[in-house]
Amino acid sequence: MATQTPVPDVAAPRSRTAQRTNYEMTSWLFMRGSGVLLVFLVLGHLWVNLVTGEGISQVDFAFVAGKWSSPFWQVFDLLMLWLAQLHGTNGLRTVINDYAERDQTRFWLKALLYAASVAVLALGTLVIFTFDPCIDPASTLSVCTR
Amino acid sequence: MATRPAGTLYRGREGMWTWVAHRITGVAIFFFLFAHVIDVAMVRVSADAWNTAIATYQNPVVGLMELGLVAAVVFHASNGLRIIAIDFWSQGPRYQRQMSWAVGGIFVLLMVPFAIRHLTHVFGG
Repeated sequence: MATQTPVPDVAAPRSRTAQRTNYEMTSWLFMRGSGVLLVFLVLGHLWVNLVTGEGISQVDFAFVAGKWSSPFWQVFDLLMLWLAQLHGTNGLRTVINDYAERDQTRFWLKALLYAASVAVLALGTLVIFTFDPCIDPASTLSVCTR
Repeated sequence: MATRPAGTLYRGREGMWTWVAHRITGVAIFFFLFAHVIDVAMVRVSADAWNTAIATYQNPVVGLMELGLVAAVVFHASNGLRIIAIDFWSQGPRYQRQMSWAVGGIFVLLMVPFAIRHLTHVFGG
């Protein structure tokens, strides 16, 4: 009877899942998913604000008040803001990682990037949620003269 | 003098230049978004503050810059769809070069009518 060589108890190789998150894969997928949605959101935004009606000449406070009196445009703009800002932040993160060679430079550029992104997201979200169409006391908008 | 290298399937060809343009337009749009959120925030200050901010956009010089911005967005959007096709469509990598030219075609098709329309708004008063 051949003696069986006992299988040595070797530690398992460093587990991929334990050592590495799939952060880069998630980020890669996010760029594609958000990208598809942004094509519709951003081109829709440009269509309504720059092409239809009087284009850029029509845009004033009343134009914004008219749009944001509708929940559709509030949700539309909120979604566009968040997706565009996260898509752009992730894109710039990649650019910084590619071109900034020193660890310190990369760290500080990304710190600045993330701080700016948080500020823009907070400001933009606040503006959409707290917009007051009657901020102008002399407003002639129908919602304010009632 | 050495003969010029023939290049590769990707480097120095359509694939590389669309990649370069995708980065440049992406960074440009990112900085515009930063400025745009701040200018829109003026609607929370007062109607006048916002009308002053948007008047800048109606200035002819800025109007021309908007054309550049929309051009950047249109390129980034259509090339982004090309990238998705390369990644997810089984024949994508094979046709990446042809799709680069399709991006160029879509760009011209959208930008020519837009330029006419937008410049009419900007300069037509």
